[in-house]
Amino acid sequence: MVPLSYYLVLSAILFACGVAGFLIKRNIITIFLSIELMLNGVNLSFVAFAAQLNKLEGHIFVFFVMVVAAAEAAVGLAIIIAVFRTRETLNVDRVNLLKL
Amino acid sequence: MTTSLTQSLSFYFSSTDYLLALPMLLLTLFALGILMIDLLLPKQWKQVNALTALAGLAFSAAAVGKLHWAYHVAQRQGLPFVDTGFMGSLLVDPFALYFFYLFLAGGAIAVLMSIRYLEIERENHGEFYALLLFSIVGMMCMAAGYDIVLIFIGLELMAISTYVLVGFLRRDKRSNEAALKYLLLGAFSSGIFAYGLSLFYGLTGSTNLAGIAQGLQQIIATRPNDPIVIFALLATTTGLLFKIAAVPFHQWAPDAYEGAPTSVTGFMSVAVKSAGWAMLLRIFLFGLYPLRSIYVPMLIFVAIATMTGGNLAAMTQTNLKRLLAYSSIAHVGYMLLGLIASDGRNNSTGIMAILIYLLVYTFMNLGAFAVITSLRRRNIIGDEIDDIAGLYFKAPTEAILMLVFLLSLAGIPPLAGFWGKYFIFLSLIQTGHYVLASVAVLYAVISMYYYMRIANAMLMRQPIEAEPVRLGPSMRLALTITALGTVGIGLFPNFFINAVNWSLGLTQGSQHMAALLR
Repeated sequence: MVPLSYYLVLSAILFACGVAGFLIKRNIITIFLSIELMLNGVNLSFVAFAAQLNKLEGHIFVFFVMVVAAAEAAVGLAIIIAVFRTRETLNVDRVNLLKL
Repeated sequence: MTTSLTQSLSFYFSSTDYLLALPMLLLTLFALGILMIDLLLPKQWKQVNALTALAGLAFSAAAVGKLHWAYHVAQRQGLPFVDTGFMGSLLVDPFALYFFYLFLAGGAIAVLMSIRYLEIERENHGEFYALLLFSIVGMMCMAAGYDIVLIFIGLELMAISTYVLVGFLRRDKRSNEAALKYLLLGAFSSGIFAYGLSLFYGLTGSTNLAGIAQGLQQIIATRPNDPIVIFALLATTTGLLFKIAAVPFHQWAPDAYEGAPTSVTGFMSVAVKSAGWAMLLRIFLFGLYPLRSIYVPMLIFVAIATMTGGNLAAMTQTNLKRLLAYSSIAHVGYMLLGLIASDGRNNSTGIMAILIYLLVYTFMNLGAFAVITSLRRRNIIGDEIDDIAGLYFKAPTEAILMLVFLLSLAGIPPLAGFWGKYFIFLSLIQTGHYVLASVAVLYAVISMYYYMRIANAMLMRQPIEAEPVRLGPSMRLALTITALGTVGIGLFPNFFINAVNWSLGLTQGSQHMAALLR
């Protein structure tokens, strides 16, 4: 049996990859994928804990996170298409009409 | 076969569950109804969607009122009132009921503001109102959630609906961009929040807030500085502070507020923020209470940074929506001070102050945004300070109302905004945070400058363009409600203070919040 810590380290690595991708990447789609990667890190951590604790809540949470990620992807891609239609670019640095 | 199925279902769910969820169920029903009816409506009849949305909000408010009444009767006769449902994940206590009223009022005023605005923007589709109702359902789940699963779902339901609302003017470049930034940063913060929750689940073995509090109590007793606990706390706090737009997690707010349709900006700055606060109070004061000695120093830093960042950035803005966005960040800073001062056990004035602040903020900020919304006319976007110049000579009533809202935002007595700030400062002084209190007062004085800049443009300068400002009947109603709220709460605060005390379960002389903490 694979010990719990392996899963947790893997989930932490997945999550960290997602965060790094979000901060470094400049393409909107890639940034969006990084967020999905973060959510998958969360999922893995929930499943690992739920299996370890022999409880159901963690598994249920994962289903909800998956649903949320799917809904977010649908809405997110729609927004990305709307942005692309008005600007013809997918680089976040070029989407800068509102000043920071 | 069917009887055994019914029996096993009634083991899990009872009719009380559905009664408790009735406000949300009704809103969902009406939102779905709007989506259907919208397909059948001819183009010139689109106002029917707004009426349906208002009817849905009214029915939902009636359901909340029924729950309120049942609670009242049970309390008076000493009967038990079952306020948890769906296997302990939904908790409709007075605290949740208070926030339900707040969301419904904010939503109704936002609908009234939107009707004519959407016509001018030529985007009057039914989905707008449906999404508004869906986001209120999400907020209700956040305020009444007693289980991190339900809280997370509510948060996402609210957030995803708001992303679309922000980008609703899909041919407008600024609206698109605002939606994109809000979506990316919102989803990012939700991810961090969920990761923190997963760690707390692993540490305590429970998704229920009571279970988390119990588990953390034991962990803190044996290992006071467990690094994983602190990391989980940091992740969760980051997610929560993102949602209420506190510095240093505020960058999305000015962009999203500036680009969004103005009525949506008003809605976001009020209802979405209140929902974030409801969730934050539940989690911090209940689930994570054992970690209070760790998170309070963090919150002190965040509160000071938020007041500084919000107030100083607001001073140089020329866009009204952006200015009010920074002002709303500054207001979050004041509210955080209430949470620092009070823990809900020994002293509750600060928590009461936050609830009153959110109530008065709903009216005064929506009022200010209603005035800005009405500046949108054919060919004029109307969200720069130059656009409000000379408003007094074009529409004196509106200008005076705007002045009332601005003075209230600045915290001048006898307007509503004064009471919010008064109770925050009172709680700080009661608990001996004199330095924080003086910093907050100082920033409150500084904030006068940028509110008066708007007033100066409105009353002293000459109008730049001659296009008249016309109000539709619904906008008139919205302005009347917000003005009455702002002046009414300011003149008769007792009624509202009693309501807040009731919602927190505070009785005379006791500082322990029976309703929020159990």
